[in-house]
Amino acid sequence: MIELHFPWIEFAILASLAGAAIVAPLADARRTRRIALVAQSVSLISAIGAWIDFNDLHVHEAHDLWGLSRYLFGRGLLVIDELSAPLLPLVALLYLVTTAVTLRTKVNRFSFAWSLVCGAATLGALSFQEPWLVIALVIASAVPPGMELRRRGKSARVYAIHMTLMSFAFIAGQALVDAEGRIGPMSTAPAALLALGVFIRAGLFPFHVWLTDLFERASFGTALLVAVSMLGDYAALRLVLPSAPEWTLRLLGIGALVTAAYAAGMTLVQTEARRFFCFLFLSASALTLAGLESGSTVGLTGGLCVWLSVTLAVGGFGLTLRAIESREGRLSLVNFHGMHDLTPMFAAFFLITGLASVGFPGTIGFLGSEMLLDGAVQAYPLVGVCVLLASALNGIAVMKAYFAIFGGRRHPGSVSLAARPRERFATLALTLLLLGGAFIPQAGVASRRHAAEELLRERAARVAEVSPAEVARK
Amino acid sequence: MTAERIAMILGTAAIVVPGLMVVGLGLATLLGRKLSERAVSLTSRAVIVLGLICTLGAAVALAVSGKPEVAFDGGALVSYARGHGPDAERFRFGIKFIFDRLSVPVMLLSYVLCGVISAFAGHYLHRESGFVRFFFLLAIFLLGMIVSVAAGTIETLFAGWELVGLSSALLVAFYHERTGPVLNGQRIWTIYRFADAAFLLGAVALHHMTGEGDFDRMVGYGAWPAGVATVTSSQALFAGTFLLIAAAGKSALVPFSGWLPRAMEGPTPSSAVFYGALSVHLGAYLLLRISPLIEASTPLAILVTSLGAITAVYAAVARRTQTDIKSQLCFASLTQVGIIVAEIGLGLRYLALAHLIGHACLRTLQFLRAPSAISDAVAAENAIGERSLPSTHSRGGLLPAAVQRFLYRFSLERGFLDTLLNRFVAGPFVALFRFFDRAERKWTEALAGAGRRESDASRPSFESHEYLP
Repeated sequence: MIELHFPWIEFAILASLAGAAIVAPLADARRTRRIALVAQSVSLISAIGAWIDFNDLHVHEAHDLWGLSRYLFGRGLLVIDELSAPLLPLVALLYLVTTAVTLRTKVNRFSFAWSLVCGAATLGALSFQEPWLVIALVIASAVPPGMELRRRGKSARVYAIHMTLMSFAFIAGQALVDAEGRIGPMSTAPAALLALGVFIRAGLFPFHVWLTDLFERASFGTALLVAVSMLGDYAALRLVLPSAPEWTLRLLGIGALVTAAYAAGMTLVQTEARRFFCFLFLSASALTLAGLESGSTVGLTGGLCVWLSVTLAVGGFGLTLRAIESREGRLSLVNFHGMHDLTPMFAAFFLITGLASVGFPGTIGFLGSEMLLDGAVQAYPLVGVCVLLASALNGIAVMKAYFAIFGGRRHPGSVSLAARPRERFATLALTLLLLGGAFIPQAGVASRRHAAEELLRERAARVAEVSPAEVARK
Repeated sequence: MTAERIAMILGTAAIVVPGLMVVGLGLATLLGRKLSERAVSLTSRAVIVLGLICTLGAAVALAVSGKPEVAFDGGALVSYARGHGPDAERFRFGIKFIFDRLSVPVMLLSYVLCGVISAFAGHYLHRESGFVRFFFLLAIFLLGMIVSVAAGTIETLFAGWELVGLSSALLVAFYHERTGPVLNGQRIWTIYRFADAAFLLGAVALHHMTGEGDFDRMVGYGAWPAGVATVTSSQALFAGTFLLIAAAGKSALVPFSGWLPRAMEGPTPSSAVFYGALSVHLGAYLLLRISPLIEASTPLAILVTSLGAITAVYAAVARRTQTDIKSQLCFASLTQVGIIVAEIGLGLRYLALAHLIGHACLRTLQFLRAPSAISDAVAAENAIGERSLPSTHSRGGLLPAAVQRFLYRFSLERGFLDTLLNRFVAGPFVALFRFFDRAERKWTEALAGAGRRESDASRPSFESHEYLP
């Protein structure tokens, strides 16, 4: 297989792991944050390098250059392809930004070491195609948040029950797939088990309560990173889509649509900002998997576009909420806070990211939502109604939260709550990506379309028991 | 260079100009730059004058060319086609603008009225803390209006339509430190979002019926007003009904009329330009644009005419008991909008367009004079030398007493429309999801084996919007 010109992916993962090893024994929280920032910056640069290098090669997938994995396992296991290429820098960017905008008042509560480990595990999961390695890293990335809950003396039972069930489902499902041999579509039992794992990790109804619970009990930063890495969706595409029977995809698609509509309704009755955010995320991210229901290239491309936009927009939205929460404390949505005049920049960014996460025109999510809707309506008109309903309700919920946090009264505080320079920089960078991506969408959509075509081709080949090249020729 | 090409270039420039203002003011806001009132006001006026000149130039060039319409096709941002026959997959996302006998006059109207409002607001909002914000939102609104009006594809129209909605809701909540404007802004946004969903459903339905993405070919072939629909009568009725709901939401037709008086919470210049003049007519404009569809289906035409007539009668009755001038004006506006919609349903397209333009201009003037109404009345009385008391004579006295009482209550409660929507739509919806929320909390607590969480402490304070209507 064709190789990249540099071991970019390995660098990205190792930088995070090395950073974690350095900061773990440190007691000085500010120094810890500085080192974490350097490690995550290196990780981001390497991930961007991998993306650019991959694009220059003009291939469907490429191995990382020589490196530790080849030395250890005798073969290169780190692979970048159309699906994972933009996801690597995106995830690295979110981890970096989350660390960068952690205020001094919160550095003692947010675990930088675990964040680095979690980041490395997520990058690893996105870079492996070997099912067992993907499963191992999805499970590994679930450990740090659980540790944080225990460290903070919060109940980790809901989280632990769901993550244990997810691990069992993935391991048992994949073991059955292996036992059947990997040719042709998988049978009912492994498909059901793998789908269950995806349902839990992606937070699809009714297995989403671990995520709302995590947002309530863990630090906002940790919960945010667990959510926006969207490893459940990735597992669905890597483990389920290639060889699962048709009913499994339909089940996932319907589950995603129900989640999108249900969570959208729930956003409107939330009384607290974290739960509101969690449901908004669940609703927006479920639409990614709804693309599977359409079974068409347009629908799947739309779903993959929505994945990118949701990660970026909802990630930015969560960071804004986190920044406001670190100034004001837990935010009730049933009372007005009137923070506009104290934090006008956050107000603007809240609106931009919030509207981008519901696919508002002029933002990066608009085109993806249009494609998703088009694909969905082509398959089943009722699916299109569901997508539209979810989008409408989410839009209402975003504005309701905006008015509750930034309007309704004059904030009595006299201390400056304005954005710090690092927050300002992060906000501007994300805004440029969110708005800029809307005006130059061609490259992004083309990349997602290639990824969707490749995934559907691979599926067609596995189901028909022929090679993907054969399917492409047909 | 041909006149046709000049029309195309100038028309496109008229669309780009407000976009530049949005980018400029938006960047300044995000970078935290303080802009002076003078700079903002002058920039706004310069941009609007430039846009107006471009639109006028496009109108003249269009007339000289003799063509009924000129299109700017920016090509497909994204285009995908795969396969043939019923299983074929196609997707096209393009940018296209049409300059014709419908769009150019309304573009001119938008520029003229926004220019007037810009000049007025420069004085009216002097030293207001949200001065720059107002002009930024006005720029977004103008961009949204121009894009919607000139849109040649459904996606472009939707983008403009959404920008108008966003800027409207934020301008209603302009005085965001007060509870009332914020709640009313939220209400308007909610209605708009449902109207947007209906719009998209109608658009997607049309797209799948015709296989076209461009607005002119989706709705019908031929330049406005001579377009002929390419869909069957039942298809026109199906898609047209969704588009009518969208138009009803945007133009405050029955049963969505309750948001219009609430919109008067915004500053007077925005009330004038949004709810007296432009925004409230956008639904009617959409109906004019899809008039070939209305013509193709008699039941749809009846539906449009009836809705317009019902709205006109409702607004005329509701206006009788309004006690402040802005509410009186907004219901007077709504009466005319209802009549315009009825005209569209009857196929009187040119009349509806002329009515729309004339009404928008008159209402802008009335709204802008509203804060000085008492002063104007006193000046008029001084000039004529006697009191000009309003007439107390009413034909309502001819009606039975019970009907009079009902009509009075009906008028006072603004047709009970908000009550009906709250009781039968919003109320059950919120109750259902609150039930789900409670059930979910209990389930999570049972799993966790732990007591209450921090979010349980979120209780409304005495000033919470939970206690307000």
